Amino acid sequence: MNDTSASDQDFPVVARFEVHRRAYLAPDGSPLRALPSFASDKNLLLELYRGMVLTRTFDLKAVSLQRTGRLGTYAVSLGQEAVSVGVASAMRQEDVLLPSYRDNAALLWRGVKLEEILLYWGGDERGNRFSGPPHDFPFCVPVGSQAPHAAGVAYAFRLRKQPRVSVCFFGDGATSKGDVWEAMNFAGVWKLPLVFVANNNQWAISVPLKLQTASATLAQKAIAAGFSGEQVDGNDVIAVRAAAEEAIVAARAGGGPRLIEAVTYRLGDHTTADDAGRYRPPEEVQARWKEDPVARLRSYLVARKLWGKAEEERLVAECQERVEAAVERYLATPARAPQTMFDHLYAELPEVYAGQRAELGQARDA
Amino acid sequence: MPELTLVEAVNLALARAMADDEDVVMLGEDVGVNGGVFRATAGLQQRFGPERVVDTPLAELLISGLCVGMAAQGLKPVGEIQFMGFLYPCIDQLVNHASRLRNRTQGRLTCPMVLRTPYGAGIRAPEHHSESTEVMLAHVPGLRVVVPSSPERAYGLLLAAIRDPDPVVFLEPTRIYRAVKGEVEDDGEALPLDVAFVLREGRDVTLIAWGAMLKETLAAADALADEGIDAEVIDLATLKPYDEETILASVTKTGRCVIVHEAARTAGFGAEIAALIAERGLLSLLAPIARVTGYDTIVPLPRLEQHYLPSVDRIAAAVRKTVRFG
Repeated sequence: MNDTSASDQDFPVVARFEVHRRAYLAPDGSPLRALPSFASDKNLLLELYRGMVLTRTFDLKAVSLQRTGRLGTYAVSLGQEAVSVGVASAMRQEDVLLPSYRDNAALLWRGVKLEEILLYWGGDERGNRFSGPPHDFPFCVPVGSQAPHAAGVAYAFRLRKQPRVSVCFFGDGATSKGDVWEAMNFAGVWKLPLVFVANNNQWAISVPLKLQTASATLAQKAIAAGFSGEQVDGNDVIAVRAAAEEAIVAARAGGGPRLIEAVTYRLGDHTTADDAGRYRPPEEVQARWKEDPVARLRSYLVARKLWGKAEEERLVAECQERVEAAVERYLATPARAPQTMFDHLYAELPEVYAGQRAELGQARDA
Repeated sequence: MPELTLVEAVNLALARAMADDEDVVMLGEDVGVNGGVFRATAGLQQRFGPERVVDTPLAELLISGLCVGMAAQGLKPVGEIQFMGFLYPCIDQLVNHASRLRNRTQGRLTCPMVLRTPYGAGIRAPEHHSESTEVMLAHVPGLRVVVPSSPERAYGLLLAAIRDPDPVVFLEPTRIYRAVKGEVEDDGEALPLDVAFVLREGRDVTLIAWGAMLKETLAAADALADEGIDAEVIDLATLKPYDEETILASVTKTGRCVIVHEAARTAGFGAEIAALIAERGLLSLLAPIARVTGYDTIVPLPRLEQHYLPSVDRIAAAVRKTVRFG
C-alpha cells in the first residue's frame, strides 16, 4: 500500500462529466447571447410574463388571506415564478405534472383555477379535484415522495408506447432524499420519458444549500443515474423554458430522462407559518431582489418596446380582478357535509364503516 | 384438480391476472429472470416479457412509489417486497400516498395497486426475515390488508386483490408457502375481500386466526375435538377492513373466544378484535376473551423462534382454560 492516489499513478480515467449553466438574460434584462427561436414569438413571451404576474398577484393575496384567518398555511413562490411557468409552458396537456407544494404557477398555467388552489390551502380536498388536466398529480407535501410516482407514470407511458412525458418538480432539499435518487436511478435504467426539475431556491426552510449537499451542483446528480443534468438560471424564464423544451422534446422522442436544476432564490418565507428572519439576514434577501424574474422579463420586453406602462397597469388591474373574483368564489364555497369524508375512502365504502358514517351524521344532528 | 402449494397458487393467480388483463404489471427485486426468491413469479417474465415483469433496482421505496404512479395511470401494478422486514421503506408511500390518493383528489386519481410480501416467522430465516407487523398496515385508512391461509384462498384472494380498485397489501405466510397443499382450479374466480371464512363450525368456542397460524389453530381444534370441545375456527383473511359480523355472530353462538396471532401481543390485531367483542358482544360472553400471541419481544433468531410462535399446545391450553372458566 503506498500513499499516492490513483491519479498519480497513471491509471486510466474511466469517466468524465461536465455540467453547463444556461442563461440568456442578465438580471437587468439585457440579452447575454442569441435567444432561442421561441423568443421571437412575442405572444409567447407576453404569456410567460402574464403567467408570472398572475402568480405573484395571487400569492400576495393568498398570504393576506392567511394573515386574516381566511386561508390555512400557504407556500408562496415569490421569486421563483419563472421556474414553474417556464417548465409548464413547454409541456403538452397530455403530459403529466407532478408538482411539489410550491408550484402554483405550473398548475395555473395548466388550467387549474385560482379558487381551486385556494380551496385546497383553505382546507378542502375538493381543491385537488381540479380543472387542470385530470391526469395531473395534486401538490405533494411529503418532500420528494412524488419522484417515484413520476417514474411510475413515465413507465406507464413507455409500456404503452404513448408519446407523453412525466414532469416532476421538487426542491433542493428533496435531492437529499432517497426517494429522488431511487426515481432518478430507475428512470436512467429504463430511459424513461421523465424530466426532473430541481427548483434550487437555496433554502429548505432554514437549512441552506451548503448544509444540504457538498455537491457543486444539483444537476450533476443526474450523471450518476446515467443521464444528463443541466443548470439554468431559474430567474430567467427564457432559459428555463428553453431547457425544459429541449428536455421534454428529447424525452418524448425516446431520448430518456433529464434533470434541470433551476437556480433561483426563495424571496419569501418558507410558508406563512415560517419567519425567515430567524435564519437569514434581510440584506441577503434584499440583494436577491435584483435578480427578480418578473422584473427581468419586463425589462427585456420594455427594451424591445413590447411592453409599456399602460400595458403593465392594465395587466396588474386584470390580475387583481381575476384574483378578487376567485377569492369571492372560494369564500362563498360552503364546506362539504361531514359524512362526505367517507365518500372517497374506497371505491365503495366497505359495509363495516357504514355505522361510523351514520354515527358522524347523528353527532352532527344532535 | 391439481394439488398446489400456496406459493404455486400465488404464481397461478399472478399468471392468470396477467393473461386476463394487459394492464397488470409485476415489479420487484429478482421477480423476473430469477422468478422471485420464493419462486412466486417463476416463469412469468418468460411468458409476459421483461416490460411486464420488471426486475427493479434494489429499492423498496421505489417499488411502492412506482406502483402509485403506474396505478394513477390506470395500470394494475403488483409489487413484490422480498420480505416483510424490508417493507418499512414503503410505509411512507403506503400511508401518505397509496391509501389516500383517491380521497385527496376526491376520486380524480385512484390507486389500484397490490403490494405482495412474504411474512411471518418459522422458516429458520436470517434476522429481519420473520416479521409479522400486519397491524401497522391494518391501522391505515384507505388500505386493504389481506392474508391467505391456504392455496385455494391464496389464488382467489390474490385475484380479488389485483382486481380491486383500491390499494391492497397482500401478506403471504412464508411458513406455509410449501407446508400446505390444496386443490386449486384455475378458473379465474376471485374470492370476496373484506369477508372472514368459517373453516370449521363448532358450538363451544370461537377461534380466530389468519395466515400461517391457522395451521396450528386447526390442529388445536382437531385435538380438542377428541376431548369433547367443539371449536369453531374463523380465518379472518382480510384484516382491513375486517368482517365484524362473522366474528360477532360466532361469539354470540359460542360465548367464548380465543384469538391467535404470531405478531407481538400489545396493540396486535387481536386487541382490536377483543375490543370489538367487548363493545358489541360482551353480554354473550361466558368467559374472558383469550389471546395466544407472539410475545412482546423482538422475533428471536431461528434457535428460539419456535418458542416465540404460538404452538398447538399453547392454543389448546388457552381454549381449555376458556371453556372451563366459571
